Amino acid sequence: MAESELDEVSGKTTTGHQWDGIKELNTPLPRWWLITFYASILWAIGYWVVYPAWPLLWSYTRGALNYSTRAAVGVELAILEKIRGDKMIALGAASLADIEKDPALLTLARARGKAAFGDNCAPCHGSGGAGAKGYPNLNDDDWLWGGSLDQIVQTIQFGARSGHTKTHEGAMLAFGKDGILKRDEIGTVANYVRSLSGLPTRQGYDVAAGAKIFAENCTSCHGEAGKGNQELGAPNLTDKIWLYGSDEATLSETITNGRAGVMPAWVGRLDPSTIKALAVYVHTLGGGK
Amino acid sequence: MNKIIQTDPDQVEDVGPLYAARKNVYPQSVFGTFRRIKWGLMAFCLGVYYLLPFVRWNRGLGAPDQAVLIDLPNSRFYFFFIELWPQEVYYFTGLLIIAALTLFLMNSVGGRIWCGYLCPQTVWTDLFYAVERLIEGDRRERMRKAASADPLKLGRVSEIVLKHSIWLLIAWWTGGAWVLYFTDAPTLVKELVTFQAPAIAYIWIAILTATTYLLAGFMREQVCVYMCPWPRIQAALTDEWALNVTYRYDRGEKRMSVKKANELRALGLPAGDCVDCYQCVAACPTGIDIRNGPQIDCIQCGLCIDACDNVMKKIGGPTRLIGYDNDINIQRRMAGEPPIYRIVRPRTIIYTALIALVGGIMLYALLTRSLLDINVLHDRNPVAVKLSDGSIRNAYTVRLLNKRGFDRVVTIDVDGPQDAVLHVVGDDSITPDRPMVVLGRDGTTELRVLVTAPSEKNTEKSIPTKFRITDIGLGEVASAIDNFVSP
Repeated sequence: MAESELDEVSGKTTTGHQWDGIKELNTPLPRWWLITFYASILWAIGYWVVYPAWPLLWSYTRGALNYSTRAAVGVELAILEKIRGDKMIALGAASLADIEKDPALLTLARARGKAAFGDNCAPCHGSGGAGAKGYPNLNDDDWLWGGSLDQIVQTIQFGARSGHTKTHEGAMLAFGKDGILKRDEIGTVANYVRSLSGLPTRQGYDVAAGAKIFAENCTSCHGEAGKGNQELGAPNLTDKIWLYGSDEATLSETITNGRAGVMPAWVGRLDPSTIKALAVYVHTLGGGK
Repeated sequence: MNKIIQTDPDQVEDVGPLYAARKNVYPQSVFGTFRRIKWGLMAFCLGVYYLLPFVRWNRGLGAPDQAVLIDLPNSRFYFFFIELWPQEVYYFTGLLIIAALTLFLMNSVGGRIWCGYLCPQTVWTDLFYAVERLIEGDRRERMRKAASADPLKLGRVSEIVLKHSIWLLIAWWTGGAWVLYFTDAPTLVKELVTFQAPAIAYIWIAILTATTYLLAGFMREQVCVYMCPWPRIQAALTDEWALNVTYRYDRGEKRMSVKKANELRALGLPAGDCVDCYQCVAACPTGIDIRNGPQIDCIQCGLCIDACDNVMKKIGGPTRLIGYDNDINIQRRMAGEPPIYRIVRPRTIIYTALIALVGGIMLYALLTRSLLDINVLHDRNPVAVKLSDGSIRNAYTVRLLNKRGFDRVVTIDVDGPQDAVLHVVGDDSITPDRPMVVLGRDGTTELRVLVTAPSEKNTEKSIPTKFRITDIGLGEVASAIDNFVSP
């Protein structure tokens, strides 16, 4: 049943479609609409020819313009790098102390430092520099190799026990493994070390004996009062911050097997301006001296 | 019984072409009250649009002196004494709500006032029609020229060229005025005429020239009939009391000549006032017959009222056979009752009240908005740091907003954890316990702020902490709440 009729009320023809006696008026599209519609189809075909469009089995149609969004990003990145280049030269020319006094340079250094930190340092130190067991927290005020801007630059450049000729050297000896201290002596000195920072000691250990063992074996690096030595990377044993842990078992493990965490040298891998920016970033995390 | 149209028996689905060709409209010139109102509103709207960018407003040194400016590169919107930042775009939401409600109110009072008098599509189309009429002549002449099969003569060609040139000039001006809202207008005008302006300015002028030329020169009423959603919404929002441009069929029917009507009246028989002169149809810019009743194509511009009134005056009949009216009154008149008009009714009262409410809220928000603000973002990683002496430190990124046109100095302090010490990274001011920060004019300053507090006095996992800045000159205060977290 598809006969078109003339509708008496509206004077329009019907499409011939009927639903329960209700007939549909034929309201054709305006011609300009139809022209626009066909023009859009033509436009799409033109687009296929000019731009990458169709996936092929192992490739895709590249289009007459040979346009590639990836190449476009490359160009934009190159422009960005050029803009940054000038600013980074200014950063490279400024002294470390000046950078922190100049708000514009400080903002630039912190932004660049944060990006470089995320790319290079975060795997060990965490994305916010919070560290982990064996990897120092860079937000606090406790520094193994010193927390001044110059010292931080030094550490980033040459690392710690990295094998570089200028690297920080010095390691915790394996007192137990190498037979220097016996097992019960290690327990005793571990409890003494805990007492240095006010941590409770276990019953049955002679703290005085521990002090003697400490004086004979540990003071050359950690100092008589246990305050550590940043020249040797020997941590301060009297504060509340522990790189590996402060419980007796961990301390005994440290004394028995020694510790020698490694930080790689970044000189040659990162340009001097980036190392400067990294140092400023780490310094301004909060713990900088 | 509907008449069956003869169709090809093999192609019973064939119901004619897929498209409808456009019926050209040749509106006749009219004179009268509504035409005058439309001229006036056109002059006002176009005047505001073209000239507003050149109005100056002094905001002090370093700030733009253009009264209305959308400064995209610096993310600022200037409107006379108001300066809005991107985070304050909700004012535009309020403005749009008011605009919508005003549209509804206009609709419930006088129908499609917006469509007929104020819509840019109507205003520019009206202007383009005026140009067309001036160059090619009135309705009949234009129809004759369009239907003429004669080969084009020089006179006709020059008419067509002239018309399109003037259209393009108006369209170009429209685009040209548009870009002036986005940068300093006099400077851009100078740059434009010396071809020194940025490419984007020319591109936008070209786009708006094209849309104006196409929409006002060619699309015209098609925009209203096919493209615009408002006629559909309007039809759903209207009610029986709204005054719309209405043909009073109680008075007009049956249509007959003046002579016949006079004869019938002399015999004491009823006669219609409509003389079927088709002047209302001739004047209509959308090409409809208002006597068919309210329809979606009618933009209610009132020109048929003027056309009809002019005829009525000539034949000595009462005017407003077509006028702002509604069906209720037509029915009442037919029943011999006096018409009643209810402009004030629940619908209009509610719309007005809502406009007043939203407007009041916006005005209150605008007048009491802070020109000094502080945003605090707690460091996420690490949330808290234990220091070597056992105390706890939290780090925050603090952003300070100075919306005034001059530099100022604020002190920053913190209230929350016991014995908390606040430090601003890079700060070396003489008051380290209450650091002073210089805020640049009309901008933001980001600080890295460290709050340190002893752990034994702050044992709670999280302590609400208030950061406060105080302008040492004006005494303005702004604060934000965050938390001080223990590891």
